Amino acid sequence: MTTILVGIKRVIDYSVRVRVKPDGSGVVTDGVKMSINPFDEIALEEALRIKERNLASEIIAVSIGPADAQQQLRTALAMGADRAVLVQADGAVPPLSAAKAFLKLVQRHQPLLVILGKQAIDDDNCQTGQMLAALWDRPQATFASKIELEGARARVTREVDAGLETIDMDLPGVITTDLRLNEPRYVKLPDIMKAKKKPLDVVTLAELGVEVPAHGLRTLRFEAPAARSRGVMVHDAAELVAALKQRGVL
Amino acid sequence: MNRILVIAEQLAGKLNVSTAKCVSCASTIPDAEIDVAVLAANAAEAPAQAAALAPVKRVLVVERAENGEALAALLAPQIAALARNGYTHVLGPSTTFGKDLMPRVAALLDVGQVSDLMAVESAHRFRRPVYASNAVVTVEAPADRIVVATVRTASFQPAAGGGAAAIERARLDVPLPGYTRFVGREGGNADRPDLQTAPRVVSGGRALGSADNFQLIHRLAAALGAAVGASRAAVDAGYAPNDLQVGQTGKIIAPELYIALGISGAIQHLTGIKDARTIVAINKDGEAPIFEIADIGLVGDLFQIVPELERLIRAPA
Ligand SMILES: Cc1cc2nc3c(=O)[nH]c(=O)nc-3n(C[C@H](O)[C@H](O)[C@H](O)COP(=O)(O)OP(=O)(O)OC[C@H]3O[C@@H](n4cnc5c(N)ncnc54)[C@H](O)[C@@H]3O)c2cc1C
Repeated sequence: MTTILVGIKRVIDYSVRVRVKPDGSGVVTDGVKMSINPFDEIALEEALRIKERNLASEIIAVSIGPADAQQQLRTALAMGADRAVLVQADGAVPPLSAAKAFLKLVQRHQPLLVILGKQAIDDDNCQTGQMLAALWDRPQATFASKIELEGARARVTREVDAGLETIDMDLPGVITTDLRLNEPRYVKLPDIMKAKKKPLDVVTLAELGVEVPAHGLRTLRFEAPAARSRGVMVHDAAELVAALKQRGVL
Repeated sequence: MNRILVIAEQLAGKLNVSTAKCVSCASTIPDAEIDVAVLAANAAEAPAQAAALAPVKRVLVVERAENGEALAALLAPQIAALARNGYTHVLGPSTTFGKDLMPRVAALLDVGQVSDLMAVESAHRFRRPVYASNAVVTVEAPADRIVVATVRTASFQPAAGGGAAAIERARLDVPLPGYTRFVGREGGNADRPDLQTAPRVVSGGRALGSADNFQLIHRLAAALGAAVGASRAAVDAGYAPNDLQVGQTGKIIAPELYIALGISGAIQHLTGIKDARTIVAINKDGEAPIFEIADIGLVGDLFQIVPELERLIRAPA
């Protein structure tokens, strides 16, 4: 059995204009659309394509989060994951604890690959994959835009500030996805029905033996960012040049 | 005293400006003593450049054949070993180099990481953006543990020069894994100004319609001495390479002048330009969200306006 573990985080949908609660305790989530983190959808799509090429036999979708994350796992099952595991945790799970939970599942399932999103669009942390690779003492390839598997190795093209970088890594290992790796498929109605019969196991973070340290990084408050105000409108290129000169930027 | 270790980012043997920005961030931590670590196969100019940054006390050079390319799996154990020498903070830039590397360091040190640090409130209290900069959080790291953070480079000016820090060689007996190999790198264009540091940036969006039409952006940028940027839609469509993407999941920039051409202003794009001093938007849709944050807006067809704009800018005053 060649297994791929994929991370599926439940986040506020990317199209929602996120607002901070007046009391600064967090952001407004009541009645807000929740979705799979877009980078995680890309991770799952890539795993599905690897399985379709017969280079993997089983895809396990893993979410670490609240009970409601079962919705996102059902979507992942409808997309084509074979089974799902919810690591249930109430309250925020920092990336290091998430990485430790993934490590427990890695030890249990011995995957060839763990594919995660490069960042979750809620906390924008960009940490979990790298932390898992460190704890597991295995290679990492972050920001992947192309993955070629060859036996026990992967050649990964990464989107970096200077352009594209290619690295070669032994497997097992951790890959995190960038936007241009693939375009995730749409879920079809019959698949949603079929997904209801696929196994979805629930364990708690504590049952896995992972704890969120009480004295770790703490978020003290949320604030709205400094706002930029609407400026002036000009009517043609000449007026634009004049306005730029007036501001001293030309 | 707070002992800060800044991890240098290098490009072809030279110090990347992101390092001077991290040093600048480090110098806002109270009572800071700042060291810079340069890990390289053959450290060329980078150590001297780091030593010249005014707030820096010492430069630690770790030369090792395996450090020729910045591979996180190889650098992280070395940095963790350096960090254990009594440092209170380890900082790296929030560039792809630092984003790849620093969480691996944090995990080896068994601590969480503060990503995209944008302001220091105290030695253990920091501000950072979340939700594509729709919110800013204040976070507190435990005072009895080492702090690992990436620095949002757009929030800091580079540290001043004129310093003369001591340069020391560090020997580390750390076993390194052989499971990752560098193969190659492509892209980047040394001829054009660097998107992350250029004072002026001209960006194009989906409206350009083709890579050929995207030349319009390059020509206007050349007339202004500006760097070129792009929206995700323009990069996905192949009009511009990935390293030009500006936004939440691309580059976060803070130029003096940002000109957005045929870009609607999705929140993910705006995150990348919020710190620009002057934002100009040209869009044929007067309702486009980009106008909500533009300092100067112009409603119209970019294919007509941009050539005219280029002519006016090139015309002798
Ligand atoms: C997880 C995730 C991450 C993302 N990260 C990023 C990111 O980092 N950066 C980013 O940019 N986007 C990002 N996006 C995408 C973002 O949501 C938008 O889809 C994207 O920014 C749109 O690009 P655009 O403005 O070029 O295209 P569009 O939204 O299609 O806008 C094109 C604009 O051009 C105008 N136009 C058309 N023709 C003309 C003309 N002739 N003259 C003048 N104006 C014209 C139109 O009025 C329109 O406003 C991300 C999305 C997701 C889900």
